[in-house]
Amino acid sequence: MNILLQWWSPFLPPAASTASSSVDNLYGFIFWLTMILFVLVMGPAAWFIYKYRLKPGEEAKPTPRITHHLGLELTWSIIPSILCLVIAVWGFWDFMVLGVAPADAEDIYVTGYKWGWRFEHKDGFRELNTLHIPEGKTIKLVMTSEDVIHSFFIPDFRVKHDLPPGRYTSIWFTPTSKAGSEHQVLCTEYCGDGHSGMLAKVFVWTPEQIRKLKEDGPPIPKTADEGKKVYLQKNCNTCHSVDGSKLTGPSFKGLWGTQQPLTDGTSALIDENFVRESILNPQAKVAKDFAPLMPSYQGLVAKSEMEALFEYLKSIK
Amino acid sequence: MADNNQGQHKSFYEEGGKGIMSWVYTLDHKRIGLMYLVSVLLMFAVGGILALLIRLELFRQGPTILTAHQYNQVFTLHGAIMVFMFIIPAIPASLGNFVLPLLLGTKDVAFPRINIFSYYIYVIGAIIAIASIIFGGVDTGWTFYTPYSTGSGGKVIWMVFGVFVLGFSSILTGLNFIATIHKLRAPGITWSRMPLFCWGIYATSLIQVLATPVLAITLLMLIIERAWGIGIFDPAKGGDAVLFQHFFWFYSHPAVYIMILPGMAIISEIIPTFSKKAIFGYKAIGMSSVAIAIIGFLVWGHHMFVSGQSQFASMVFSFLTYLVAIPSGIKVFNWTATMYKGTISLDTPMLYALSFLFLFTIGGLTGIPLAALSVDVHLTDTYFVVAHFHYVMMGGTVIAFYGGLHYWWPKMTGRMYNETLARLACALVFIGFNVTFLTQFILGSKGMPRRYYDYLPQYQTLHQVSTVGSWILGLGFLIMVSYLLASLKNGALAPANPWGGLTLEWQTSSPPPLHNFEKQPNTKIGPYDYGVPVPPKKPGTLEGAVHGTSS
Repeated sequence: MNILLQWWSPFLPPAASTASSSVDNLYGFIFWLTMILFVLVMGPAAWFIYKYRLKPGEEAKPTPRITHHLGLELTWSIIPSILCLVIAVWGFWDFMVLGVAPADAEDIYVTGYKWGWRFEHKDGFRELNTLHIPEGKTIKLVMTSEDVIHSFFIPDFRVKHDLPPGRYTSIWFTPTSKAGSEHQVLCTEYCGDGHSGMLAKVFVWTPEQIRKLKEDGPPIPKTADEGKKVYLQKNCNTCHSVDGSKLTGPSFKGLWGTQQPLTDGTSALIDENFVRESILNPQAKVAKDFAPLMPSYQGLVAKSEMEALFEYLKSIK
Repeated sequence: MADNNQGQHKSFYEEGGKGIMSWVYTLDHKRIGLMYLVSVLLMFAVGGILALLIRLELFRQGPTILTAHQYNQVFTLHGAIMVFMFIIPAIPASLGNFVLPLLLGTKDVAFPRINIFSYYIYVIGAIIAIASIIFGGVDTGWTFYTPYSTGSGGKVIWMVFGVFVLGFSSILTGLNFIATIHKLRAPGITWSRMPLFCWGIYATSLIQVLATPVLAITLLMLIIERAWGIGIFDPAKGGDAVLFQHFFWFYSHPAVYIMILPGMAIISEIIPTFSKKAIFGYKAIGMSSVAIAIIGFLVWGHHMFVSGQSQFASMVFSFLTYLVAIPSGIKVFNWTATMYKGTISLDTPMLYALSFLFLFTIGGLTGIPLAALSVDVHLTDTYFVVAHFHYVMMGGTVIAFYGGLHYWWPKMTGRMYNETLARLACALVFIGFNVTFLTQFILGSKGMPRRYYDYLPQYQTLHQVSTVGSWILGLGFLIMVSYLLASLKNGALAPANPWGGLTLEWQTSSPPPLHNFEKQPNTKIGPYDYGVPVPPKKPGTLEGAVHGTSS
């Protein structure tokens, strides 16, 4: 069955939502239709080139004067028009389904910012660049942006929508994948230097697993390795390098334990308290030569995650 | 052919005077066309090198040769240079300027002074736009989407103002060609006997004159917002971010047809000449250009299916997009039918025309899934769009431009190029292009977003194949540069009519004299009257009782 689907709609990522099947069917229909049309156009062209080409040493003969043929011209105007009409109606039909969320969908709020995704569940549970959803549950994402236009794309679910600042847009989906599966989220509207790092992951879990996550927070050992995972998962890397190169924010290389100049002319020791304050209230102390662009991560980085991050920062010499 | 006029008449190179001033002050459409040609080729080289840099950066996952910020500036500049400084003026202003008056059997365009004026505006606009790199660079993408472009660092105003200025050059050229086609056709060249190149340029000029002012207004508003903080597009200042996209695409979608219609126009000349056969469906091809120009104004919303515009609007735009696809399809069928029972010679211009047929058909067909609303949700803003766009713009327009360049090269320079090397270069460009961009359709279907500096590991193999393709493509163009330059120096002298064409430019010497024709050209034969016994005008004007059979 799977192989048949791959054959019918090739190159698409694995299908993991209820929307995928109808979208993939239209994609497959268009894929094979255009293949046939391509052969129908290029086949005669190739045949004419082969048959009527001027062979070496051959004299050119006068060619017949064929200027038009009404029947032929009507055929190749009307048949493609009908095919296009069918595709247009089919595409619109599924688009309407994608555009109207079922009444029982659960709302989750999404905020895009330079450069990451914040998710807020109805019960106040907040996540950064991860979204945990119960298997089989219909979800409606109500989305907006804090700065420039971003676009929320889950290839496996076949959904995508822009997030213009100053207004809400939404998408919905029902995951068909089993608990334990992961799905990539990508930003698809160009938004600056961190655009390609503006990633997130959707985790389809059992309701029991999600309940436990909400109660306990993620259990994280305080090691540099775990800290590195937090660094990558929270997209710290889009602005802070670990190799000394200057991105939107200061590099973490050799930073821990040093005295660093600030924009207000004073300086600060980079220790646990400084890092904690910089994560929760970044505008309080801004490093010299950098713009105050970092958003607050209040409620988005758990205590255990922050402590692992300290260990990672210490390890970057 | 024995009708090589070399030696009998002076060419416009000699007649117009010598030295740099003879070019700076020239009013001759041929010289202006050549100045445009050199300029746009230079821009193509710069844009092409930037493209190679982009592909090199993407060869490996992670940072390779550029930082993220440099990468964003490079793809912005690649887009802006290729669109505004190369592709839009490429065919109309360079080849069009040179051959349009010849095809119409006239001495010059309607307004020669406006013609040279538009060239200098082009130069000034290009300098302003490119100066933005020296003074800090631009990283907004060539589409300048707000509110990113209102807030981003760099010299956005310089770039935008440069594009604003370039627009006037485009408007003036369009205006000039419309007037020329209406008023300066030689006796006997009626609307229905006008070469199809002229129909294509006519439709293009209409769009240039009607759509470009909208871009100018939009860019001006962007400048006002950036310079004085007046909220038009930035929601933080009370503006509407999506409004900019409506304004921008209201120009930039018709602009896609400014780019492709002249390409189609060249193909409509090359295929009959090298098939020695009457064009099939003259009226259908000519009218479809005009239909595309008109409907092309009504499809801009298909760039915005996931932007938040109303679903009803999206539906209308989807249907209209399919409507505009039909005339393009009709053209492809007509070109194919023209080859039926022809006598096909596969010289370099014809090889480019056939490459066009192949690549443009792929470009057109891959537009079908993008216009289907539900499928577009998945594909939009991925590499699928990048590939589709390049198949139409590069596989279509750029290939047609190089076809036209090879077709009219003997006429423009009076020299023939090395045919073997030319075929080799064409083959490399064709292969390199497909390797580069076919892979990108697959990348896009798999979900690879466009404008990404870095990517997930699963996309690396296809990115590497694509980058290798860009090297083949680059090699092809490098060979082209070498044999074209060599032909200027040691190429064989070109006969007046090297391809056995029937349009009027082949009735005059290569290169033509200052006033294009020594005597009034014979317009008794239509531009595509291959295989028709000819009413002789004067003995010795044309050879043979049947046209186009000698080569």
